Amino acid sequence: MSLTLETDVLIIGGGLAGCWAAIAAAEAGAEVVLADKGYCGTSGVTATAGPNHWWVPPDPDRRAQAVRERNARALGLADPRWMARIIDTTWRTLPTLADYYDHSITAGGVPHYQSLRGPEYLRALRRYAEVRGVRILDHSPALELLLHADGAVAGARGLQRQEAPPAGRDWTVRAAGVVVATGGCAFLAKLLGSRNNTGDGHLMAAEAGARLSGMEFSTYHTVAERHSTQTRSASYAFADYFDAAGRPIDTGTDPDVTLPLARALLAGPVYATLARMPADLRAILHQIQPAILLPFQRQGIDPFTQRFPITLHGEGTVRGTGGLRLADEDCQTDVPGLYAAGDAATRELIAGAVSGGGAQNSAWAVSSGTWAGQAAARLAHGRGRRTGEAVDAAGGAGLRPTQGKGTGMPQAAQLTRQLYDGVRSEMLPYDKILFRRAPVLRRSSDTLADLWRAARDHLAPGRDATARVRAREAAALVACARWVTASALARTESRGLHRREDAAALDPAQTHRLVSGGLDAVWVAPEGAAVSTQVA
Amino acid sequence: MIELIFADRCTGCNACVRICPTNVLEPGKNAPPAIARQEDCQTCFLCELYCEADALYVAPNCDEMVAVDAGAIAASGLLGQFRRDSGWHEWAGQSPNLHWRMGELFARAKAG
Ligand SMILES: Cc1cc2nc3c(=O)[nH]c(=O)nc-3n(C[C@H](O)[C@H](O)[C@H](O)COP(=O)(O)OP(=O)(O)OC[C@H]3O[C@@H](n4cnc5c(N)ncnc54)[C@H](O)[C@@H]3O)c2cc1C
Ligand code: SF4
Ligand code: SF4
Repeated sequence: MSLTLETDVLIIGGGLAGCWAAIAAAEAGAEVVLADKGYCGTSGVTATAGPNHWWVPPDPDRRAQAVRERNARALGLADPRWMARIIDTTWRTLPTLADYYDHSITAGGVPHYQSLRGPEYLRALRRYAEVRGVRILDHSPALELLLHADGAVAGARGLQRQEAPPAGRDWTVRAAGVVVATGGCAFLAKLLGSRNNTGDGHLMAAEAGARLSGMEFSTYHTVAERHSTQTRSASYAFADYFDAAGRPIDTGTDPDVTLPLARALLAGPVYATLARMPADLRAILHQIQPAILLPFQRQGIDPFTQRFPITLHGEGTVRGTGGLRLADEDCQTDVPGLYAAGDAATRELIAGAVSGGGAQNSAWAVSSGTWAGQAAARLAHGRGRRTGEAVDAAGGAGLRPTQGKGTGMPQAAQLTRQLYDGVRSEMLPYDKILFRRAPVLRRSSDTLADLWRAARDHLAPGRDATARVRAREAAALVACARWVTASALARTESRGLHRREDAAALDPAQTHRLVSGGLDAVWVAPEGAAVSTQVA
Repeated sequence: MIELIFADRCTGCNACVRICPTNVLEPGKNAPPAIARQEDCQTCFLCELYCEADALYVAPNCDEMVAVDAGAIAASGLLGQFRRDSGWHEWAGQSPNLHWRMGELFARAKAG
């Protein structure tokens, strides 16, 4: 038995952006279904973290100044109007969580709305959405989009992986508007909370005809204790770093320590201590960020007096800026009726070529989710659900292999693993990602093209629910890796997060966004250019 | 990655199965949940936060499975610490949420 639903708005992904989109659509009067791969409330990178939102009071001068300062750091690729919009929407939207989140009351009796603890925040959003009547499908990853004959989105299909084991239960949701809020693509790095962020939404949207933008800006890294997922950078603001011989590592004056640490890690083990953290903060750290100390305590390490080994976890597009390109102010993609919100969308509009982590990205997730949800609801009211019309399923690689299992091709589980490992080894090594060079990028591009062909032609996962979800993830990871690599090759300069060892300077002639797309033939083109250049 | 479910503590409520974002666990038949897909575990500790019986132990190593001493862990007082520090369930009101002071970490580190 499969689950078939008709609704006004379907939200794919129930992290920060998906929840806010669902709430906004429901408040606009729409019937809403939200499907998450995991559990809406613990899934997504915010549920394990503690996002601080961009928070500027409605004083025109202060807001103008905040936008000016941030735009000056965006290296020419942001849009001040979008920045102003998210500041305003975030300011008006976040306090509506008050019935569901126990805000701290700070100086002057003002509730502290802007910096929230992840597990409590997502638990609150789930309740808020439920109270607004949103129907939540947990453990229900979307696998592909449905399209009308005119190219507009018609809904999606997926799998309820905890029902009817081991095969799971298929679901089909027909909807007037669909919001993709599947998060960034973390390429299976050990970034906290990112296991589900495999770029599924990017692939599904691209199959339906959407384009991407800014995929070269996908090099953000965060320090963590080695073998631990705790990529919480606040405590590491107090860190001092050492090499294996105990010599201090000079991390310079820039708060971003990624490059010096990556160079040191390429040469050998690196150690850190948090000895500079003042005693009063150490005493309350477990009440600021309860999870960060768990790995230390469980290994008997005192991070304030001892030195412990560290690593850098890559983040792919999560705290990079690339994602689905937006065609209008409602966050609609190039596909009619398909909206993108949060980290699944490009954040160049508000962050440009540098990371929007720390304040912009969360404000973006709240705002883009809110706009996309409202617009999808408007579309449903205006156009109706069109449920009588026949639709086509848009999914390909990892769902419907173009050829049978080729001779010499491994079993699906083994092929999936090879694709996972292949993507990891192109997208995670520091020397390939942080210190990009054309010959290495070209080799990655060839390797990834081979992986794509294997996925497209031969990946047939059978009926097991876990195998089906993993196969689709593998295809999405390869697709995202190809857009990243092609975009990195096309930007023959260094700008913000994108650094080319063989083109170290910023080239003013390349002050434009790079749009990318394509599945079998991947292409990249400057935004607005008439012709696209096929690069892989 | 998750390593242990203590049968003597587990009430079989299956909250952990439901809320684990990566679907690592499977409900047991008259038994505690099984760790069915350990390789998908993202070491997020959230199952510990949602388990009111403090019956789960997530080892901090996210890269490989490690040998753990169940007896020593049960005796260590570490079980349930995340819930306690977070002030969840019966700990409500006993461990304030000071997350709003996070900005201070950055600011004071910068000030030296
Ligand atoms: C450690 C860390 C700390 C951060 N701190 C800050 C901060 O202080 N300030 C700031 O501005 N930003 C911060 N960020 C960034 C911020 O958390 C993100 O911008 C925000 O979480 C994005 O929300 P999202 O909903 O787009 O993605 P996510 O929260 O990642 O949610 C994506 C959701 O989509 C679901 N999903 C994936 N695939 C499918 C599928 N096929 N079908 C259905 N569902 C699917 C996932 O299960 C997940 O629930 C931080 C990020 C990290 C990693
Ligand atoms: S949440 Fe705890 S008590 Fe409930 S089934 Fe899981 S381990 Fe057992
Ligand atoms: S640590 Fe996180 S991913 Fe691992 S079993 Fe627990 S809830 Fe699931």
